[in-house]
Parts: sequence; structure tokens; C-alpha cells
Amino acid sequence: METNFFLEAMIYLTAAVICVPIAKKMGLSSILGYLFAGILIGPSLLGLIGQKGEDIMHFAEFGVVMMLFLIGLELDPNKFWKMRKFIAGMGSIQVLGTTVVLFFGLQWILGWNWQTALTIAMALALSSTAIVLQTLKEKGLNNTSMGRSSFAVLLFQDIAVIPILAVIPLMVSEVSGANPDEIVPSLISDFPAWIQTLVVIGAIVSIYFLGKYVIVPLLRVVAKTRLQELFTASALLVVFSVSFLMELVGLSPALGAFMAGVVLANSEFRHELEGDIAPFKGLLLGLFFIGVGASIDFELILSSPVFILLFVLALTILKFLILFGVGLVYKKNLDQNLQFSIGLSQAGEFGFVIMGFAMGLSIVPNDLSNQILAVIAITMLLTPILNVINEKFILPNVGTRQKEEKEDDLIDEKNEVIIAGFGHFGSTIGRLLRANKVDVTVLDHDAERVEVLRKMGFKVYYGDATRLELLKAAGADEAKLFIAAIDNPEVNLNLVELLQKHFPNVRVLARARNRVDAYELIDHGVKNFYRETLYTAVHLGVDALVELGYRRYTATRQGQQFIKYDQDTTWKLAKKRHDKMAYMVTVMEEVKMQEELLRRDLYTQNEGNDHSWDSDYLKKENPKVTE
Amino acid sequence: MPSNKILILFAHPLYEKSHAHIEMIKNLPKSDAITFHDLYENYPDFNIDIEKEQELLKGHNIIVWQHPMYWYSAPPILKQWIDLVLEYKWAYGSTGTALQGKFIFQAITTGGRKENYCDTGKDRFTIYELLDPFNQTAQVCQMNYLPPYVIHGTFKMEAKDYKKAGEEYGRLIAYLLEHKLSASEFKDLLYLNDWIDNKK
Repeated sequence: METNFFLEAMIYLTAAVICVPIAKKMGLSSILGYLFAGILIGPSLLGLIGQKGEDIMHFAEFGVVMMLFLIGLELDPNKFWKMRKFIAGMGSIQVLGTTVVLFFGLQWILGWNWQTALTIAMALALSSTAIVLQTLKEKGLNNTSMGRSSFAVLLFQDIAVIPILAVIPLMVSEVSGANPDEIVPSLISDFPAWIQTLVVIGAIVSIYFLGKYVIVPLLRVVAKTRLQELFTASALLVVFSVSFLMELVGLSPALGAFMAGVVLANSEFRHELEGDIAPFKGLLLGLFFIGVGASIDFELILSSPVFILLFVLALTILKFLILFGVGLVYKKNLDQNLQFSIGLSQAGEFGFVIMGFAMGLSIVPNDLSNQILAVIAITMLLTPILNVINEKFILPNVGTRQKEEKEDDLIDEKNEVIIAGFGHFGSTIGRLLRANKVDVTVLDHDAERVEVLRKMGFKVYYGDATRLELLKAAGADEAKLFIAAIDNPEVNLNLVELLQKHFPNVRVLARARNRVDAYELIDHGVKNFYRETLYTAVHLGVDALVELGYRRYTATRQGQQFIKYDQDTTWKLAKKRHDKMAYMVTVMEEVKMQEELLRRDLYTQNEGNDHSWDSDYLKKENPKVTE
Repeated sequence: MPSNKILILFAHPLYEKSHAHIEMIKNLPKSDAITFHDLYENYPDFNIDIEKEQELLKGHNIIVWQHPMYWYSAPPILKQWIDLVLEYKWAYGSTGTALQGKFIFQAITTGGRKENYCDTGKDRFTIYELLDPFNQTAQVCQMNYLPPYVIHGTFKMEAKDYKKAGEEYGRLIAYLLEHKLSASEFKDLLYLNDWIDNKK
């Protein structure tokens, strides 16, 4: 049994590791890669996995739950509120319009019963978030009118999944005669309906209060231990327990996870949770899509290719037309509208999820499900091709491209500046920037401080800034400036290293505690480093000179020149340091460094003084000047 | 190959809100022989790098002080620059010949109208007269001080006027870049504007 599990897991993962990179290379979505992997190892091609695959499938379905948890997390209420008009307007027209047309069309033209027609209509109405967002990002269209509209529609679809998944099980009993109790075993199914309803409402309310008054404080406690794996464990615990609770009362675990996500979206742990859950979600969803791929029966599809192709064509055209109509209602330019409508014209991963769900409940006949899965996959394949055709042949003839157009941001844009470390050093920078109306995103590892700052209206995220996921979530790949101001110099250096490796475009301004840190930063190619022991110390030194009777301007000029000279020396000595055999700066070496500095100081300060405004110097050098 | 090398020393404490200077700088010809040097941007703390400035001066033969006119003079950083950079034994004095023979002039904007700047006008002096301290500084350094290039009346200008003024300035710099100058050409002129107008 054990060996079987390992073998199966190995087959799944091997297929994924081979197929996904190939799909990516071909410019396709990773979802299609997983799907092909599934088809490849499934019964209809290589037959590497048979019925036994169901164990893993069952496990992989949890990926969907996690996906919905993440969708909930990403549903920033502020962003949502700002875009409410577009989300509710455009999104509802698209989803409802497409569903209704498909629903009636499928019933009348193909003569399917209403349950089948409705399920499939809902599955096909949704577009592929993964494909569209990837395209928008690659082409830098996030900020255009079509980018924002696409985003709004996708967001509505994300939310629409919840009621869709909730509605589908209700259609079970009337169709296939399957016993609903088998499918949704719940503690309360024996109770009268009104108690059931009460329990359900109670469960939903309790998720809200649990999230706010139990989970968030709990996460704070866990965060204080600063154990990364414990935080990950807590994040998983949250998702698992909410799902369990939901199943107990006979609701969809996905719905519970989504709500838990929404509740936690407002907490400071949002990005940290995202970073922790994302890899699990990715892997499990990957497995899920492999499972979907494996369940596609090829013989069935090959027996009716014309039907499938016609269906694909009709579906794509229908979705395009409805989206185009939405664009017209919202008065889009023709070129923006074309990009928008073609971009969203496919069916998507939610389609797989819904069809997979419906297959499990045997609402839709098996043959038909297979065909629909194939249809979804083909429309997804079609999108990149249609995009290319649109760009190469249609758009150039349409004119008025407005790629660069920037209106007031409807989307809560990621900030241009990220500050990591918001202690006394970082917070001073943050305050100066905010006083100049520059919005900053702050990353900090101190849960209490994060909470306080958030109350003061800063956009602060809790987390370890040296984690790649968190940096990505904070928008490091789109930010202009990254200010590395973490207290611990080693951590700060790790952060800088990570930034330069993964986000070469962001400009790094780094805090250095002292000269030694500065050398390390120079070694890492950082040009903008700021020694906290330099400027303050010089400032104090200047004041000391003033106390001793120097005029303040003269002392200040001496200070300015000292800083400039000291910075030059730092660069010179940083290079020289490597000539010595010891790479690490030992105490001995630091003493030597001080010695060398002092020697240079004596030499340079006397030599480098200018004679501006000094009439004594002039009189001495040029006796004629007194005449 | 351009026959001259032009160094533009620009002094404007609030450049981001200027109109005329933005247009003037936008219209500077793209050329390796022109160095645009923004003093306020480089020395926000007035701590001017003397050595670097002297190197720059050495490498060019036409120097432009470009600035708005404030209180009948230049913004303070330009005076700071003069105080610090034009050192004894380098710029003047018996051995100070580094600037000898170079051409220098000021490119100035004034809010007020041209008619104000004469002995019967509100401002009582011509621009050229008001610039005497700069003129004399240049003389001490044995440079050829040319009459100023002035854009008057910027307070009443609109976008298209700024644009036009900027383009004219660009043409002046382009012309200066390509043509050999002799000091005698500029005798009795009050404005460099008049000189370039005659060149068209």
C-alpha cells in the first residue's frame, strides 16, 4: 500500500515536472500543462494510473478549497468598494448574460435537461483568471482601461463560484437518483429544516467571530515565536478547521474557506498567510488538474470531433459577443474593447472545478462531462492564438491604441516604495515620505508594531522580508524603490542579496549600521547605502566644533567635506580589503582600519581645505591685493 | 564635428515649477559637445565640489550661466559657485589663466517686460547694466563676457509662448555650437537675442 502511494505520487509529479515547463515554454498556461500531464498518464493514453488515482484525487480536491481561501484573502474590501460599480456591473452582465444564453441555448438546441444545461452553462460562463492575469502582466496592460475591466469581471467570477458551488448539490436528487445523504454526510441532516437553517447561519456567523477574535489573536501569539514553520502550520490549521466545521453542518468547505479568507483579508497577516498557503494550493490544484486530465476519456471525444469543434467555436463567439456588449455599455474604445473581449473569451479553470464537482455528484452524464472538459481545454488553448491574431491583424487597423492611458487608479495599486523594517530607522523614512504624500508599503516582523502602525493608517504587512513569496506579494517586482532598513545587518544583507537576484529592476537603498556593513553592501554591488553611524556622528562633531567656538557655517562645511571624504575612503578601502588574505573582518582588522583612517584624515583634511572667503590667505599670497 | 564645447551651468531653486526654463532645457540640442550641469540638483547643500567644477570649465570653451533673475541678480547658488570655484591662482591672479579666452554669457528669464529695463523704466537699469558684477568677474578671469540672452515677460506667457521661447533658445545654442566666435562681434550689443536674430 505504502509503496503504491509513493509510486503513484512519483508518476503524478514526474508528469507535472515534465509537462508544465513544456507548456510554459510554449507560452501556455501552467494549467494546460497539468491537464496534459493528466491526459498523458491517464487511462486513455499511457494508463499509468487507473482507478487508484481516486485517492490522490480526493486529496487534491482540497486544492480547490485552498484556492478559494486565497481568493477570499485577496479580496481587499477597500479595493472591492472602489471598484464596486465595475465589478457588480460588468461582472454581473457577463456572468448572468452568458449563463442565461447558454442555459436556454443548450436546452433548446441540444435538448439537454435543465440541470445539465444549467451546470454546464455556469461552468462555461467563467473565464480563466490564470490565463488572463498572466497575459495582462506580460503585456503590461494592468493599468489600462481594458486591464481594469478584465480585473473587475474576473473578480466577480471569483465570487460567483461560491454560489455556483453551493447551488450544484441542490440539483442532485432530481437527476441521477443519487442519494444526497451519501454525498453530503452531515450531523444535522436528521434535524428539521428550520433548525438546519439556523445551524447554517450560526456556522457562518461563527466563522466571522472566530476569525476576528480567535484566529487573529492566535496568529499574533504564533507570530511572536518567530518560528516560520509554526506559522505555516497555523495557516493550514485555519483552513482545515474551517473546512471541517463547514462539512459538519453540511455546507461546502470551499464556501467556509472563502469566508475565512475574507475575514482574514483585513488582518495584518494577509500577505504572510498568502505566502504560506500559496505553494500548497499550487501543488494541490496542480494535482487536481492532473486528475481532471486523467479522467478525460479520449475515445469518447474522438468519436465526435465535429460536435466538439463546433461547440468550441460557438462558445468562444458567444462569450466574445457578450463581453463586447459589456464593453459597449461601458463605452470602451474599440481597440480596448477588442482586447478585453478576446482576452476573456475562453472558459477557465473554474470550469474544470465545477465540472469535476458535477461529475462527482453525477449530475451531468459522464460522456458529456468529458466532452465539456475537452471544450474548456481547447478554448484555453485558443486564447493565446486569438490574442496574437488580434494584435497582429485587427488592432493595427483599428487605431487609437491607448496603452499608456492612466486615469485615477480604480485598482488599489501597489505602492512605488517598499520599506522593509519599520523600527526607529525605517519609520523615520516612512514618515518623511508620507509627509510628502508618498504612499509606502511596509514590511515588518514585529506583530505588535504592525498592529499599531496599521491603526495609524500605514499600509503595513507582517512577515519575514527575506521570504520571496512575501516580497512578491508586496509587489517588489513592480516597485520603483526598495528601502532595506532592517535592524539586523545580516538579515538586511540577505534581503539585499535576494532583491538583486530576483528583482533586478527595483532600486535598492540600503541601511548600513557601520563601515563594515557598508563594505558588505559594496561587495554586493549596492551603490546607495547609508551608514547610520556617519551622519549623526558628524552632526554631533559639528556641534562640538561650534561649542568650541567655531562659527557654525565653517563647522558645517567641515562636516560636509568630512562626509564626502569619508564616503570616498569607504569605496577605496572596500576594494583594498580584498587584497588582504583574511576575508572576514576581524577585530584586529577593524583596529587597523581605524588606524589607516586616522592617518588619512590628518593628511587629507589639511590638504583639502579650500581658501574660499579667506582674505588672510589672499593677502599673504598676493601682497598687491591690499593696494 | 562641432567647433565649440558648451557648458551650461543652470541655477534654479524651484525648477519643477518653472515654465520657461523647462522649455529652454527641453530644446537644447542633443550633442556630446554640450554639458548641462544643474547646480541645485548636484549641490543641494551648497557644498560645491571645486575640483570637479574646475575640470568641467577646463573642458569647455563657451560657458552659459542659465538662471532666472531674482532681485536683479542670480539665485544664491551661482554666487556660491563663483565664490568657491573661481579660485585665486586658478581663475585669476598672475598665474590664474585657466579661463583665459573662454566665452561666457548669461541666459536669463525675467517676469517683467523688456520695456521696464531702461533708465526711464520701472527697473531703472538695463539688464546688461544690472549684470555688471558678473561682467566684471568674467573680465578679471580674462574671459570674453558676451551680452545676456534674455527671455522677458515670463509672467504673462502662455504655454505656446514658453514653447516658442524655448525653441529660439535651442537655436541659439545650436548656432553657437557650430560657429567660431570673435569677441568683436558683440560690441555695443545689449542683448544676445539681437545678435542671433541678425544671423538668421
